[in-house]
Amino acid sequence: MKITVASGKGGTGKTTIAVALAVSLAEAARQNNGRPTAPLFLDCDIEAPNAHLFLKPDLKERKQVGVLIPQIDETRCTHCGKCAEVCQYHAVAVLGKKTLVFPQLCHGCGSCAQNCPEGAIREVLNPLGTLEAGITPAGIRFGHGRLNVGEPMAVPVIRQLKRWIQPKPGQALIVDASPGASCSVVEAARGSDFLLLVSEPTPFGLHDLKLAAEVAREMAIPAGVVLNRYDSAAQNTRPVDQVENYCRAEKLPVLARIPFQREIAAGIAQGKTLIEIHPEFTSLFAGIAEQIALMIEPARASTPDVEGEFHRIGR
Amino acid sequence: MKVLITTAAPDIGASIDPRFGRAASFLVVDTETGEWQALDNPALHSSGGAGIQAAQIASLNGCAAVISVEFGPNAFDALHAADIKMYQFGSAGSVEETLKRFKAGQLQQVGQPTSPGHHGG
Ligand code: SF4
Ligand code: SF4
Repeated sequence: MKITVASGKGGTGKTTIAVALAVSLAEAARQNNGRPTAPLFLDCDIEAPNAHLFLKPDLKERKQVGVLIPQIDETRCTHCGKCAEVCQYHAVAVLGKKTLVFPQLCHGCGSCAQNCPEGAIREVLNPLGTLEAGITPAGIRFGHGRLNVGEPMAVPVIRQLKRWIQPKPGQALIVDASPGASCSVVEAARGSDFLLLVSEPTPFGLHDLKLAAEVAREMAIPAGVVLNRYDSAAQNTRPVDQVENYCRAEKLPVLARIPFQREIAAGIAQGKTLIEIHPEFTSLFAGIAEQIALMIEPARASTPDVEGEFHRIGR
Repeated sequence: MKVLITTAAPDIGASIDPRFGRAASFLVVDTETGEWQALDNPALHSSGGAGIQAAQIASLNGCAAVISVEFGPNAFDALHAADIKMYQFGSAGSVEETLKRFKAGQLQQVGQPTSPGHHGG
């Protein structure tokens, strides 16, 4: 089971929900003698990772990551323009008697070096960020990445984080995506069986939920919604109705409604997980995971997924 | 000398476009003969590197100067490397007026990026 938790914008409690889901799965595993294994949690919000503040992993492993960018040997370069022509990201340009590389646009695909007729291109590592990994006190395997300051290339770092730490057969994966609906979110969600969209029942929340739902639709990944900061006193008011109606019309199941409470906000500010604040939420989140598992199965049956089959054999 | 002017349409009578990399069209004008050529911007809808492509177009067409408003950091670096001078329209609203002021040396030259730029990826 691979679940990506996303939201159309920041501040909806996306990380809070992702963390609570992971903790409840770890707790279920502990009560069941470690079966299935406690989940793997990947914080792919690499521009502002914060899940470690709640899960408190012991980050022992560390890795520098980057992309290989071209370095031009000006003594060999004839300024023929071939490299600029093949680069689909316009990261290399030939301007008169100069060949210029723009590292911030380079995706490290290697096409330019492959196509240079003079062998004038050498590939050198351009560091983009750091990955860290470890185990949390609850037994959750944890990994996150941090983008170097001012570095716009998030996608390769997310891709390398997901390649560096992969779930074992039978181990659930919870991915905390960055807020928004950018290519970083798409990269984080790639390969997931389910997109859990976190939203608030407010007019802005609805707008952002629509953006996140669009990502799910484009990627053809089944999705469901957790409505956070759900004020039951505000039930049947316009914003709440609008969000609920939207979910119904779009066939997006609302898997849970997390109440709006001062003690939750205060607990989160102290670095507590939802489960620490309200231990009785364990079953609520276990229920979310169960509903997701049920929704994934039929989807998998209709689209044969080689990787999914492999995991089932491994289990 | 040839200059590249960013315009809203591929015509000498078109209004100016303030975006360098994302301009609708480029007008390459020979300031001595008045001859001009309009080019579509191939990077109008590309995801990134539009300013760099525009700089390459200026370079390939032998322009010694470009006139626009918003030069992002990549466009600035590329134009700078190609030794192409950057100018801003200022209060000039038409191509004709821009050319007149350019020839009179009245346009402001740009010494650093004038917009934060955009990044693909
Ligand atoms: S392809 Fe090679 S020789 Fe041609 S411009 Fe690029 S670096 Fe220079
Ligand atoms: S490695 Fe790929 S993206 Fe980078 S400059 Fe070369 S062709 Fe462009």
